[in-house]
Amino acid sequence: MTQAQTQTGPTWQFRSGKQQLLRWAGWFWLVALTVFCWELMNRDTIWAFVADAPDQAADIGDRMFPPAWGYVNELWGPLWDTLNIATLGTIIGVVIAIPVAFLAASNTTPSRRFVRPVALLIIVTSRSINSLIWALLLVAIIGPGLLSGIVAIGLRSIGFVAKLLYEAIEEIDVRQVEAVRATGASGAQIIDYAVVPQILPAFWGISVFRWDINIRESTILGLVGAGGLGLQLQASLSTLAWNQVTMIFVVILITVVASEWVSARVRQAVL
Amino acid sequence: MSNTMPTTWKRPPVVLKNPFWRRVFYLGVLVYLVLALQTVDVNWTRVYEGLERGWRFIEGFLLPDFTTRWTDIRAGLIESLTMTVTSTVAGVLVSVPIGIGAARNLAPAPVYLFCRSIITLSRSFQEVIIAILLVAMFGFGPFAGFLTLAFASIGFLSKLLAEDIEACDHNQIEAIRATGASWWQVVNYAVQPQVMPRLVGLSLYRMDINFRESAVIGIVGAGGIGATLNTAIDRYEYDSAGAILIIIIAIVLVVEYSSSHIRRWVQ
Repeated sequence: MTQAQTQTGPTWQFRSGKQQLLRWAGWFWLVALTVFCWELMNRDTIWAFVADAPDQAADIGDRMFPPAWGYVNELWGPLWDTLNIATLGTIIGVVIAIPVAFLAASNTTPSRRFVRPVALLIIVTSRSINSLIWALLLVAIIGPGLLSGIVAIGLRSIGFVAKLLYEAIEEIDVRQVEAVRATGASGAQIIDYAVVPQILPAFWGISVFRWDINIRESTILGLVGAGGLGLQLQASLSTLAWNQVTMIFVVILITVVASEWVSARVRQAVL
Repeated sequence: MSNTMPTTWKRPPVVLKNPFWRRVFYLGVLVYLVLALQTVDVNWTRVYEGLERGWRFIEGFLLPDFTTRWTDIRAGLIESLTMTVTSTVAGVLVSVPIGIGAARNLAPAPVYLFCRSIITLSRSFQEVIIAILLVAMFGFGPFAGFLTLAFASIGFLSKLLAEDIEACDHNQIEAIRATGASWWQVVNYAVQPQVMPRLVGLSLYRMDINFRESAVIGIVGAGGIGATLNTAIDRYEYDSAGAILIIIIAIVLVVEYSSSHIRRWVQ
């Protein structure tokens, strides 16, 4: 905070001249970058289509309503598949994530120099690639169906669960570990009696949280052929049956809200 | 005396203290697993045939081919990156007023409800579903992707911003209000300095998410590196696909690392 001399006397200013200049330069660069990106991005945009959008929206909106309520009877099977993809995928992901988390946490890893980077690399790889991309790959590799979806969800969950879990492991109370070690416990016993009880609530919270996210993600995995509601969505979209699409959206919305409610309740009970 | 002392110890259960309900719970889990696993019918011959392709994919990942499709990859990357920047900026610009409107301590009830419903609408659907609708309306290409990401950013940023404003130190607001400041001045002098570091942090975090999502929405036609990746996989060019995935992972790492640095510097 500085004072500036003006004709009427000193006035208070929040920042000095140099700071102000720097800030203006920063904002200028941000605006310039945005405009540059905007121009680059819209090089190939056909503005006639964009101008046309309100008509298209009205047209689609017209076809979407009323929703095909009867179509819901064909959705129970895919909905069950979707729930299974999410749940089984979460289980696979969590089972793999537990050892990875212990290898990645700096206080439980066997080797900080060799094992920890590998575990962190697994976490980063799994986290950077969305489950839809994993599904795209897996459908090409092991064929369309529920299995691809389950494995895709599992692969994506490893990174998320392992990251949050290893952070929880690193934040445990060391005194409990020392107390258990003082009784002459082996390494495995220390983990079993000192580490696990401390991270167990966080573990259940993270798993249920991931399950909730996985329900969301598994609703669309079918778009690339990995089973579930997305498969019906793809079919309805390609036949332009927009009123069926609306019905699928309604089912997805209800499922997502319900899973969010369940996960919030479970986390409340556990944490 | 020694007879009355317990000689064994059992860990107390974490949840479901009642053994009966615990057994019911385990049984339910077992029944569910049996039922769920039955729905997964796996075509093992197909999986077996796929293993060879899976191996080729791993090879492609280890020996990625950046050169053959480089022009396509470059175009996709430029689309993704520009989409990320513009949609984050647009998302922040729109979500600041909505975030202020959704903060209970600043906005009157009707405005609050209106802004909260926008947030709920934006948060309840996934990016991919929004992208499907917007591609149908605005045509293929990065413009639809830009709109999708901006729309998704609004729900995320406004919600967290509103929560942050509600958690503001109330004394500072009182102090500014006591000087006779108008509503705008309260927002500018009491609220903005308190939430600004967090807003910058959230925007950077959202930028990170937007880049990751930009790789996904291309699959449904909203431009970006996802479209390139989809094409590469459709053509069974696993070495190009591996190269694209490596580039995505590298950019995510760089963005995550630098944004955490900037956040630490700002806060």
